[in-house]
Amino acid sequence: MATMTAPGTTDQLTRSAVPARKSGRRSRKIRDNVTGYAFLIGAIFCFALFTWYPMIRGIIMSFQKTRRGVTTWVGWDNYTRIIADPSFWPAWRNTIYFTLLALIIGYAVPFFVAILLNELRHAKGYLRVLVYLPVMLPPASALFLFKFYAYDPSDAGLFNAILKALHLPTSQWMQSPDATMPAMVIASTWMNMGSAVLIYLASLQNIPGELYEAAELDGAGLWRRIWNVTIPQTKLILGLLAMMQIVATMQVFIEPLILANGAGTQDSATTVAYLIYQHGFYQNDLNGAAALGVITLLALAAFSGIYLRLTTRND
Amino acid sequence: MSQNSGTRTLISQAQLQRGKGKVVYWTLLSLVVVSFTLVFIGPLYWMVTGALKTGQEIAQTPPTLWPQDPNFSNYTNAWSNLNLSKLLFNTFYYALGAVLFQLVFDTAAAYSLSKLRPVLGNVVLGAMLATLMIPVIVLIVPQYVTVIDLPLVHTSLINQPLAIWLPLVANAFNIFLLKRFFDSIPDDLMAAAQVDGAGPLRTLWSIILPMSRPILGVVSIFSVTYVWKDFLWPKLVMPDGSTRTVSVGIVAFSGGSSVNEVIAASVIAAIPTVIIFLIFQRNIMSGLTAGSVKG
Repeated sequence: MATMTAPGTTDQLTRSAVPARKSGRRSRKIRDNVTGYAFLIGAIFCFALFTWYPMIRGIIMSFQKTRRGVTTWVGWDNYTRIIADPSFWPAWRNTIYFTLLALIIGYAVPFFVAILLNELRHAKGYLRVLVYLPVMLPPASALFLFKFYAYDPSDAGLFNAILKALHLPTSQWMQSPDATMPAMVIASTWMNMGSAVLIYLASLQNIPGELYEAAELDGAGLWRRIWNVTIPQTKLILGLLAMMQIVATMQVFIEPLILANGAGTQDSATTVAYLIYQHGFYQNDLNGAAALGVITLLALAAFSGIYLRLTTRND
Repeated sequence: MSQNSGTRTLISQAQLQRGKGKVVYWTLLSLVVVSFTLVFIGPLYWMVTGALKTGQEIAQTPPTLWPQDPNFSNYTNAWSNLNLSKLLFNTFYYALGAVLFQLVFDTAAAYSLSKLRPVLGNVVLGAMLATLMIPVIVLIVPQYVTVIDLPLVHTSLINQPLAIWLPLVANAFNIFLLKRFFDSIPDDLMAAAQVDGAGPLRTLWSIILPMSRPILGVVSIFSVTYVWKDFLWPKLVMPDGSTRTVSVGIVAFSGGSSVNEVIAASVIAAIPTVIIFLIFQRNIMSGLTAGSVKG
């Protein structure tokens, strides 16, 4: 703690010469800290009860089993059981597939949309509002729209009607195991891309115009300017959003629940988050769900470690 | 969010105003405006008008662009069958409480961390920010177990609004956002108030808060929309038909009713957040970018 006194001599002087003032200052310091913590206590209480404590409790729970009110330590039992669940590997495969698809579609699309919007001189406000509008819809509302109207497997569905008008083959959408994941990513991207677009737009506006000018004088074409100026200048945001996107997509839950009624055809929609929910709140296997939670956390931590290692090495 | 038509972007202003550039620009602009309207408004139009159609008309190929015989029975049925007035009221009540709890506790915490700086304040802030790394889904089971049987007091918060309000206070992003804003308010102002004999609470109330209106507005809007959009947590802690939120209610209702009624209910559930957005879009957009790092 920094005190407001001048450095050196005066401090030493007061300390040795006036011991009474010293104890006075200490009690004021204590009082200041008590006040400080009085303002913090509400938030600390909520963090302790709803994030810090559950974090530890989740880890402990994953090694325990509660039967008829008696809790016993069972070691790795919950882990072996959860890994032996026939949906375990499909859930991971689907989640990773979703994350990769979401990175290609849900990550690249907003970036290029932001670049496009940044170049336009008109209707900017209108376009920004449009792109962000779906973000404000409750996900349940938006997903019912997709489920019943867009992904209707008959020709009356919105997407099939469009495909048919373009003379393209129609799809069974959620009824077809192959189409389930891409369909979920499309719905999820539509719902969520608005915030990424706006964050990119803000960071694009911070790029100094002289950089483009200089690149152009050096004869750099449009793509070269994007590659050599836009991308390096927005690298920090690109990296941050990639990380956020991966954490978000690892938790895909409401999409499979609503669009595919949970697991979908032949586990085609089961995600890790859905499996946690399934174990915890349907099969009444809270301990198994806790174990899967710990596995998820470790997987993400390992992933972030690798990611940080790779990105910092490049700098 | 300015009309920065003067600043140079990827393509130079001069290039856009030349003959060929001008043609390309205007074609592109109209293409973008039309396609974005179709992609982002189109589905909403489909949803609102679809719920005005009868079951037969919805199943008809090719689909009709405008309902042949628009009737509001899907909307009125959804309203009464689903008890939407009660569900909307619940959601509104939870959202309002969430705003109050977050404003009071998160503002106090951010103020303490920014201006009072008690011992180990940075450690507390670090422990708070670290929770941003933990995916919600990982914590859902132990959080639920905590809420059904609170440690020490051994009561359950199930079907109690506090089960929604309290966990939302543990929002590191809000505290970070508020703290950064408070950091930008000069300490001299605080010192001046102290000389005048104002205590920390009074300084917060009459100096810091009035200066922080924009950020407080952003935090409030975000917390309302968060509660309105959240699904899994309210589903778990508000399981009763009389306490559930509108999103949870629609999903619970979707199994046993007609497609058009579910869609009509979805439209009604979306109206409040869309209205909030249209009113506060400027604040929302500035808040969204305020938290981001300069790239």
